[in-house]
Amino acid sequence: MAEPLIPKLTTPATSAATAKASAPLIEINNLSLHYGASKALKDISLKLEEKVVTAFIGPSGCGKSTLLRCLNRMNDLIDNVRIEGTAKIGGHDIYDRDVDVIELRKRVGMVFQKSNPFPKSIYENVAYGLRLHGMKAKSNLDARIEECLRASALWDEVKDRLHSSALGLSGGQQQRLCIARAIAIKPEIILMDEPASALDPIATSRVEDLILDLKKDFTIVIVTHNMQQAARISDQTAFFYIGELVEFGATSKIFTNPTQKRTEDYVTGRFG
Amino acid sequence: MNTLTPPEYLPEPRTETRHFRAEKFDFWSFFFSGLTGLATLFILGILATILLNILVNGWSAISWHFVSTIPKKDFFDANTTGVLPMIVGTAFRVIVMTIFVIPVGVITAIYLTEYAANTSLITRIIRAAVNNLAGVPSIVFGLFGLGFFINFVGKNLDALLHNSSAVWGQPALIWASLTLAVMTLPVVIVATEESLKAIPPGLREASLALGATKLETILKIVLPQALPGIMTGGILAVSRAAGEVAPILFTGVAYYMASLPAHLSDQFMDLGYHIFVLSTQSPNIEQTRPILYATVLVLLMLTFALNIVAILIRARVRKKLRALG
Repeated sequence: MAEPLIPKLTTPATSAATAKASAPLIEINNLSLHYGASKALKDISLKLEEKVVTAFIGPSGCGKSTLLRCLNRMNDLIDNVRIEGTAKIGGHDIYDRDVDVIELRKRVGMVFQKSNPFPKSIYENVAYGLRLHGMKAKSNLDARIEECLRASALWDEVKDRLHSSALGLSGGQQQRLCIARAIAIKPEIILMDEPASALDPIATSRVEDLILDLKKDFTIVIVTHNMQQAARISDQTAFFYIGELVEFGATSKIFTNPTQKRTEDYVTGRFG
Repeated sequence: MNTLTPPEYLPEPRTETRHFRAEKFDFWSFFFSGLTGLATLFILGILATILLNILVNGWSAISWHFVSTIPKKDFFDANTTGVLPMIVGTAFRVIVMTIFVIPVGVITAIYLTEYAANTSLITRIIRAAVNNLAGVPSIVFGLFGLGFFINFVGKNLDALLHNSSAVWGQPALIWASLTLAVMTLPVVIVATEESLKAIPPGLREASLALGATKLETILKIVLPQALPGIMTGGILAVSRAAGEVAPILFTGVAYYMASLPAHLSDQFMDLGYHIFVLSTQSPNIEQTRPILYATVLVLLMLTFALNIVAILIRARVRKKLRALG
């Protein structure tokens, strides 16, 4: 392959401080998305900084998951989807014709609502993405897999049964395995689509701790229905309503002092 | 100790007893459940009668000599005849068919479920064609095999390779197997499609989201999961094909051969066809009857054995998938 189409997002010389000041990592401009005749997203514009956790909130069907899936082009899998506007990551429009979707998805990982480990061993689940992208040597794989399982706070629970089926894990463990699998290929951004919605409170709090931990290394965008969760883990919150971005700002502001009436009604539980 | 008295707002406990049992005997309910039971019993009865009849009458005529002998031209004599070439021929044609039908059927099913747009006209036409293929009478497949494989493909191969002397342009094991493969294609396609559809979309998404290509996803995630279902399709195809006679009638089966088939361009003897021959061509029906029964039993056992092998392999695959993957 020639030069990667999306250049490495963090340029070597920049320190964390200057990176914050530079152009935003994700920049969505006037993005609209149509499923056939219906418009699911209307003129969304949004700028997300590096190493920040952003929560997308809003009632069901408001388009927050759809927008999330725009960022790694998972919507490509659906027929009849038409997208207008631009979504830039690291300054490059990911809907440009010459963008390599494989390369994009390598850099923009995803964790799904329903934990979906492969019906393979715990080890093979994490190894899958690594092997896809060319890591073959067992010693490298072993080291990276341990690193990722530690990072996703799963190592101590599974280190003695790495080669047994991932389907034998509990729901919360499975979801943390999916996170380990996503971070194994070192993406810059992790998209999370209601990652804790199917988990019990204890498993949820573990996943939330994990997200706060991962913030050090990754830019995270999380869709959630759980208002408390958004308040606990995110730095910024975007509130969507029927395909529109109603309000976007610091999480503390959205939850305590929103400018829009609709946001206030939603976060205080008056509808949604 | 205080005694707990129920608060006043609670309703009084019910005093009268309620009857849930129906007062009347429900005739239609009884009649219908009886009817379904009888229908099932009827089917089981027929199956048991056929199998017992064959087993009882056929078993005594089966011997090691019978299954291991290549018979002389007069194979109606119960004392000297054997069915080795028919066993070999039937097994061969089924195995060769499987080798062709599984890849073609699986690849077609992958195209239909993974690549083709579900609602497009082409997909609908292909689906309709597959379904119609399943409804074509087997003798028509036989004629198709004769016309297409032997007279077209075979004759042209001979013209190209053998200076027009008849090597491929005549009935042969390969053409009979290919004809059977065309006939059983819908079985494999439908079974594979079902097993592909049963794989949760979340697994495909997870793979794609990790930067896998569609091909990598199909090869590494989808197909291993679909393997048991594909094998079910194979088992059904084998069961269907093993007993079929009509498709091989013009395409490869021989009335008599002095030796076993050794080459794909050879003709072969076949259990099903041999049963037809024994029951229609015998000069002495009474004398032939035991070997007719025995041949039928051998065909049943061969089909059963081929199925058992496939089922055992499938069970291993399933176990492996469940344990690890």
